[in-house]
Amino acid sequence: MNPNTVKESDLHAYVDGALPAPEREAIARLLAELPGEAKRVRDYQEQKQAINHLYGATLDEPIPDRLRAMATPPHLPDSTASAALPHGHPGRLPSWSLQRIAAGILIAILGGAAGWIAHGQYPSAERIAAAVPLPRQAAIAHAVYSPDVRRPVEVSGEQEEQLVTWLSKRIGTPVKPPKLGKLGYELVGGRLLPGNIGPVAQFMYQDGTGQRLTLFVSTENTANQETAFRFAQEGPVNVFYWIDGKFGYALSATIDKGELARLATAVYEQIEGK
Amino acid sequence: MDSRAILAEIPRLRRYARALLGDRAAADDLVQDTLERAWSRIDQWRVGSDLRAWLFGIMHNLRVDQLRRPPPPTRPVEEGDCDLPTRPTQTDGLELKDLESALNQLPDEQREVVLLVALEDMAYADIAAMLGIPAGTVMSRLARGRERLRQIMAGLAETPASRLRVVR
Repeated sequence: MNPNTVKESDLHAYVDGALPAPEREAIARLLAELPGEAKRVRDYQEQKQAINHLYGATLDEPIPDRLRAMATPPHLPDSTASAALPHGHPGRLPSWSLQRIAAGILIAILGGAAGWIAHGQYPSAERIAAAVPLPRQAAIAHAVYSPDVRRPVEVSGEQEEQLVTWLSKRIGTPVKPPKLGKLGYELVGGRLLPGNIGPVAQFMYQDGTGQRLTLFVSTENTANQETAFRFAQEGPVNVFYWIDGKFGYALSATIDKGELARLATAVYEQIEGK
Repeated sequence: MDSRAILAEIPRLRRYARALLGDRAAADDLVQDTLERAWSRIDQWRVGSDLRAWLFGIMHNLRVDQLRRPPPPTRPVEEGDCDLPTRPTQTDGLELKDLESALNQLPDEQREVVLLVALEDMAYADIAAMLGIPAGTVMSRLARGRERLRQIMAGLAETPASRLRVVR
């Protein structure tokens, strides 16, 4: 190797002050005779300073409450950390990790079960095109979005008019979330989801204890004309569903079957009553 | 685990995430996810080891997971073996802004190493251990990243003069 060049790794170690004194001095002597390399060293040093300057202010910014709260172990909620939480998360923080873990396990179970069932029912080439049955679609969507503390919905229930307009437009037919306030459930909001062949809608509700309920509305029904209430269970998620013409409705929650039936009846009456 | 020790690392995690993602809200989301995962794996933390390196490692793995999850239609060429076209920067404003956009033009792997060295002054060997890559790879990513950044910045500096060119 040419003694009058600086090894690339040494050059960077020099820039970063990572060399022991004798080597550092040897490199400095070499650089004095290599103006091109010396310029690169200066450029890299300036670059490093500029990066620090660019992002340095972030270090002095106050830590947002949501991150400050995360410095406390989840199972030992610190009263000051909880008090610092913004409204809208009443006492939900301590259980966040359990919720996430439960959701993760459920998704794994549902995914595994769906895969296993699909594997048994369809040849692999057709598996991709196989339609997912309504209750399973609804249960998976429930398992994915209902544990989400930060972003459970795309459009919040506070902007219900916008939500209705948007979802109706996207799924190509008027849809309106039923009112479940009398049963203790308030609308959190809704989101658009991919169904088997196009967009479907999900509305989310929550009661005073944070228990969530989702109503899945699909307009993809073509074959099944059965209108009766049906019940399905996917892991811990209970689902009541029914078909009305091209519409399929599915109400999902991790609550007791009887309680869910009562809610499903109320939803059914409101939707079909119109 | 002392909550204060974790709290003390949050500003650095935020700064690095901010620089890496170039977006304040996304950065804080990443920090929050990092802390969540850290608590869920707190039994893997060895008392007396470097808490900062452990947290940065978790953040790196989360970021890799995030990038991997939706398979992107394209991905940066590993180690930038060829010159990639860069996006037009004529409308970029101040010089600091230019540095930020220049950083965003680096492939992820290079930006990560350049930032860890610049912001955290982390030793090459520690970065290699944290990212689970050989020390030589750290060095080549650093070298390529720095040189690329230098060239982008040099290109930007010439832009104002070359922008108004009379055609015909």
